[in-house]
Amino acid sequence: MRLTLRIWRQRGPERPGAMTTYEVDGISEDMSFLEMLDTLNERLILEGDEPVAFDHDCREGICGACGMVINGQAHGPERTTTCQLHMRHFADGDTIDVEPWRAAAFPVVKDLVVDRSAFDRIIGSGGYVTAPTGSAPEAHATPVPKPVADTAFEHAECIGCGACVAACPNGSAMLFTSAKVVHLNVLPQGAPERESRVLDMVAAMDGEGFGGCTNTGECALACPKGVPLQAIATMNREFLRATRKGAR
Amino acid sequence: MSYVDYTVGEPIADTKCPAGPIEERWDRRRFTAKLVNPANRRKYTVIVVGTGLAGGSAGATLAEQGYHVVQFCYQDSPRRAHSIAAQGGINAAKNYRNDGDSIHRLFYDTVKGGDFRARESNVRRLAQVSVEIIDQCVAQGVPFAREYGGLLDTRSFGGVQVSRTFYARGQTGQQLLLGAYQALSRQIAAGNVEMHARTEMLDLIVIDGRARGIVARDLVTGEISTYFGDAVVLATGGYGNVFYLSTNAKNSNATAIWRAHRRGAYFANPCFTQIHPTCIPRSGDHQSKLTLMSESLRNDGRIWVPKAKGDNRPPDRIPEQERDYYLERIYPSFGNLVPRDIASRAAKNVCDEGRGVGPGGQGVYLDFADAVARMGRDKVAEKYGNLFEMYQRITAENPYEVPMRIYPAIHYTMGGLWVDYDLQTTIPGLFAIGEANFSDHGANRLGASALMQGLADGYFVLPSTINDYLARHPHDTVDPRHPCVTEAVADVRVRLDKLLSVNGDRTPDSFHRELGELLWDNCGMARNDAGLRKALERIPELREEFWRRVKVPGSGSELNQSLEKANRISDYFELAELMCLDALHREESCGGHFREESQTPQGEAARDDDRFAYAAAWEWRGEGGRPPEEHGGGTGVAPVLHKEQLVFEYVHPTQRSYA
Ligand SMILES: Cc1cc2nc3c(=O)[nH]c(=O)nc-3n(C[C@H](O)[C@H](O)[C@H](O)COP(=O)(O)OP(=O)(O)OC[C@H]3O[C@@H](n4cnc5c(N)ncnc54)[C@H](O)[C@@H]3O)c2cc1C
Ligand code: SF4
Ligand code: FES
Repeated sequence: MRLTLRIWRQRGPERPGAMTTYEVDGISEDMSFLEMLDTLNERLILEGDEPVAFDHDCREGICGACGMVINGQAHGPERTTTCQLHMRHFADGDTIDVEPWRAAAFPVVKDLVVDRSAFDRIIGSGGYVTAPTGSAPEAHATPVPKPVADTAFEHAECIGCGACVAACPNGSAMLFTSAKVVHLNVLPQGAPERESRVLDMVAAMDGEGFGGCTNTGECALACPKGVPLQAIATMNREFLRATRKGAR
Repeated sequence: MSYVDYTVGEPIADTKCPAGPIEERWDRRRFTAKLVNPANRRKYTVIVVGTGLAGGSAGATLAEQGYHVVQFCYQDSPRRAHSIAAQGGINAAKNYRNDGDSIHRLFYDTVKGGDFRARESNVRRLAQVSVEIIDQCVAQGVPFAREYGGLLDTRSFGGVQVSRTFYARGQTGQQLLLGAYQALSRQIAAGNVEMHARTEMLDLIVIDGRARGIVARDLVTGEISTYFGDAVVLATGGYGNVFYLSTNAKNSNATAIWRAHRRGAYFANPCFTQIHPTCIPRSGDHQSKLTLMSESLRNDGRIWVPKAKGDNRPPDRIPEQERDYYLERIYPSFGNLVPRDIASRAAKNVCDEGRGVGPGGQGVYLDFADAVARMGRDKVAEKYGNLFEMYQRITAENPYEVPMRIYPAIHYTMGGLWVDYDLQTTIPGLFAIGEANFSDHGANRLGASALMQGLADGYFVLPSTINDYLARHPHDTVDPRHPCVTEAVADVRVRLDKLLSVNGDRTPDSFHRELGELLWDNCGMARNDAGLRKALERIPELREEFWRRVKVPGSGSELNQSLEKANRISDYFELAELMCLDALHREESCGGHFREESQTPQGEAARDDDRFAYAAAWEWRGEGGRPPEEHGGGTGVAPVLHKEQLVFEYVHPTQRSYA
C-alpha cells in the first residue's frame, strides 16, 4: 500500500515541533505499525535525514515502551499496543497522523518519545509490598481464593504504557494508579499496607502534575490491556476508607 | 595468520566450588564467605547494570542489605527490561503435586537437559534455591495462577515428566519482573538505589586488575560519564539479537558483556545458542523480530505436518491418517514435550524433507483441535487466551479453528561471561548474573529455567557471594584522573565519533540483517566445518565494509537511535566471529550446538565426552587475525581458549534419550 504520513517532529524538549508529511510506498499489510515506520526510517537515513525517534523494545505488546497517538487515538484504531497494530487495519491511500502522547506530566523528549518517569515515581511511593528478600513465609502458608487472585492479575496486567493518560482529556493517571492499588490491595499479602499505599500513591500522582478524573472513561477504552474502569471507583473507595481510618 | 586461529592456554583450575557432598556445598560456601558489617555496608557502592529479573532482584536485595546501589538500564523505565516478555513460567522443586519431584530431580533434569555441559555444583544450588524464589515472589504479591482451593497451580514444560512450572497466565515474566521492579522502586524512593534509566554502559573500567566502574552514555543528552564503585554486576541479558531476527526485545544487546570481555573477562561457550521450536514464522522481508508462542502450548497442542511432501491442502482437508505427528512418533515417552533443541531440529528436518507448511514451506502445525474437543473452548481460552489473541493479531488467523503455524527461532543464549561458583568473572570485582553469564544451562536450557536462574542469581546467590569479595576489599575511592579511566572514556568517544563520521551509504540495520542471515545459515540450527569456515571468512569482510560504508545521521549529543544501533552492531561483528570460532572448534554435537559431522545413526546429537567435556572460556587478545590498522586496532593476537574441565559426580553422562 501507499500511505501519506503526517508525523510530529521535534528535535528536543525545549524545541518547537511540527507535523511533517512523508509518503511511503510498498507497505505490506502484514507489517506492524512500527515496521512501517522502520521502512520510512531506513529511507530517511539513506536520504541523509534523521529518522523518526520512537520508543519500542519488545514489539510484543508487553513492555509498554511503544505508544503514539494515531489519527487522534492512543495506540490507534485497534485495542492493542502500537507495536501490535498491523497495517491491515489501514487502507491503501490513507493519510495517517502520528503524534506523541500529549500530557503535561509526559514532556516530549524527541519526536514521538516522551518522558514517563512520573509513573516510576508513583510506583515508588507505595506500589509494592514490603517484603525484603529472605523474609518470605512458605508460599502455601496463605491460600488466596482464585477469584481474588484473578482480580489481582487482571489489574496487574497494566504495562505502564501511558495510553490512559494520553487518551484522557484531563491527562489523568487514575487508571494507571488504580490498577496497581487494586492489584495489591485485594491480596492478603498487600493488606498490611493497604491504607498507606493508596494515600501515598494518590498523593504522588497529584504531585506529578496529572489532571483530575472527571469520569469520561476514555482511559479504559484506550487501555491495550483491558484494565477495567471499575478500578478507579475501587481506588476511590480505598482512598475514602483510608482517609476515614486515618481521621479516626 | 588466518581467522580460524586460536591457541590453547592454561586450563581453568579453580572454580571456587566448595568441596564435600553436593547437597552441602551452597551452605558451606555461605558459611565460609566473609561478611561485611551491616554498619559498613553503606560505604560500599555496587554498580548494577540491567534491571531484568537478575538485575532488578539483585539491585533491590543489595539495597535492602544496606549497600549503596547505582543501577542502569537503557529503557526509559526499569520495568521494561526484556524479562517482561517471558511468557510460560518459572520452575521450582516444590513438589506441590506430589508427583515425585524433588530438588535432586530438578538438578538431574537440568544437567541432563543441558546435555552434560553445565557445572554440577551450580545447577544443584539453582535447584535448591528455586523453592525460596516462589515464596519470595508470592510474598511480593505476584499473582500466580491458582487452583480453586486457593493454592498455586503448576504445569509441565519440555524435557521433564513432572509438573513444576509456576505461571501467571502467559505473562509470567511480566509478573515476576513487576515484583522485582516494585521492590527496586521502593529502594529507589528510599534513596538506596540511584537509578539511571535511558543510560547505556559502553565500557568497563578496570584499575589494578579490579573492576571499579563503567563508562556510560546518557541516551537523551548524549553525555558520556563515568561511574565508580567497589564492584560491578552485569545483568544485561543475552546476545540472541546478534542474529537480527530473534525473539529478544529489539534493543537487547551484547555491548556490556562484550566490552567487559575486551577488558579481560573470559567469554564461555559463545556457540551455545537456543533455538525455540514454537515461534510465529516470518511473513516477509520487513520482519523486524520474531514472536514466540510459549512452550506451554506444547502441553495441549499437537505438532504435525502432512505425511506426503508438497501436500498443500488446507489443514482441515488433510485426514488424520495422512498426518505425521512426528514428535509423538519419534519420541513416544515425551511426545510433544521433548526439549527445545530436539523439537527444533525435528521441525527443521521435516521442513527440509519438503513437508513444511505455509509460505515457503517453513512451518509446522501446532494443533489445538483435540484440546478444544477434550477441555472445551473456554478452558483452552483460560489457559492460553492471550497467546491465541497475539497469534491472531499477528497472522490474522484464528487458532481455535485453524492450527497455528510455527517455526523455530533464536531465543536464548546459554553462553555468556564465564563465572566461578561465586558468579564472579575472571576480572576480580566483576560479577555476571542472569542470561549474561554462562553458568547453569550447559548446551541447552530447559523451559522455565531462565526466570528461575535470573531470580536465583539476583535474590539469593549474588547477594551472598558478593559480600565475600567486598569484605576482602575495603572501600577506597577511585581517582577519576587515573589513566585507566581516561583511556576507557577516550575509547568510547573515538568509537562513537568514528561511527558518526563514516557517513557512508548503508544503514546500520542493513548490516545487521546481513550478519544475522550469515549466522543463521552457518551457525544456526545445524553447523558444519565448511559453513563455519565460510562465515569466519565473511564476517571480517562485512565488518570492514561496515566501518567503511555505514551511515549514521545526527550527532552524538542528542537522542540518536541510529547511533545506539550502529554501536551495538559493531560489537555483534566481533562476537559473531567468536561464536563461529567456538562452534568450529567444538567438533561434537551437544544440546543446541548441532555439528552435522557428529550425529548418532538416528540423527540425534552425538557428544564426544572424551574430547569436549569442558566449558570453553575464551580470552580476548586483540582482534584475531585482523591487521591492527583496522578500526578498534587490536594487537592481532588470536584468542586463547581456556578449558574448564567438567566433572560429573552425581549425574552420570549418558546419551540423552527422550524416546
Ligand atoms: C519471548 C521470550 C519468552 C521467554 N519465556 C521464558 C519463560 O517462560 N520462562 C523462562 O524461564 N524464560 C523465558 N525466557 C527467557 C528469559 O526471559 C530471559 O532469559 C531472562 O528474562 C533474562 O533476564 P535477565 O535479567 O538476565 O536480562 P534481561 O531481562 O534481558 O535484562 C537486561 C537488562 O539489562 C539492561 N541492559 C542491557 N544492556 C545494557 C547496557 N549496555 N547498558 C545499560 N543497561 C543495559 C537492559 O536495559 C535490561 O534492563 C523468554 C525469553 C523470551 C525472549
Ligand atoms: S492502565 Fe492501561 S493504558 Fe494505562 S498505563 Fe496501564 S496498560 Fe497502559
Ligand atoms: S514495544 Fe513493547 S509494548 Fe510495544
